[in-house]
Amino acid sequence: MDQLNTYLIIGAILFSLGLFGIITRRNAIAVLMGVELILNASNINFIAFSRFGGMNLSGHVFSLFVIIMAAAETAVALAIVINLYNNLGSVNVDDAASLKQ
Amino acid sequence: MGADIIFWMVVALTVGSAFLVVLSQNLIYSAIALLFSFMGVAGLYIFMMADFIAATQIVIYVGGILVLIIFGIMLTQRIRDVRISHTSMQRGIGGVVVTLIFLGLFRMITGSPWHFEAIPEVEGTVSGIGKLLMVEYLLPFEVTSVLLLAALMGAAMLSRRGD
Repeated sequence: MDQLNTYLIIGAILFSLGLFGIITRRNAIAVLMGVELILNASNINFIAFSRFGGMNLSGHVFSLFVIIMAAAETAVALAIVINLYNNLGSVNVDDAASLKQ
Repeated sequence: MGADIIFWMVVALTVGSAFLVVLSQNLIYSAIALLFSFMGVAGLYIFMMADFIAATQIVIYVGGILVLIIFGIMLTQRIRDVRISHTSMQRGIGGVVVTLIFLGLFRMITGSPWHFEAIPEVEGTVSGIGKLLMVEYLLPFEVTSVLLLAALMGAAMLSRRGD
């Protein structure tokens, strides 16, 4: 029981830190790093429940899907960030408030 | 006992690096700290008997996503000025909000009667994961390949210069 709680709390810490990064950072790439931290936190929870919560190997498969989705998400997000840089000259998320130039 | 010490070292590596990711003023330092955080998470997976996921974590996160992020940093900053700084905003309010959310999560985690059932230690999870992917989760698996193709084409199309 304690082991499960330990892993869940580590996941909660990573989630909180990722959220902190997302809401305080100005650079779009730093925001992306926060998203990655949150996805890692969710993966830790999946694996913890598959090890200690009777979820067995299904948790592993789910975390595999999360990892794949994170890779796809990063590729598309970086393409958007590079586009933003070409159009606005900066990657500050505050500058990207208008959808049309 | 020795395993315990190593476990807490891995936890400290993961959480400490994560702190550095969100607090460092230098974007490159953040990226490098993210590398160590991912490594620490892979170590936690190994402590939870998830060998295949740990290997996948290293290969995809450290070898793929982090390299992409560093590429992104280099393509969007003037790399010649050595100090690639990035500022944060409203740290105080953000810190308070996040601390409150964490305390709520903490209370929820420690107060809930989780269904606890440790599975027996298994020798390798690869064959089990393969069977699950090919039988029970075949449709999500196939949809994932479409997702990856869409992401590939979308990223290539978006990042093209000009029209």
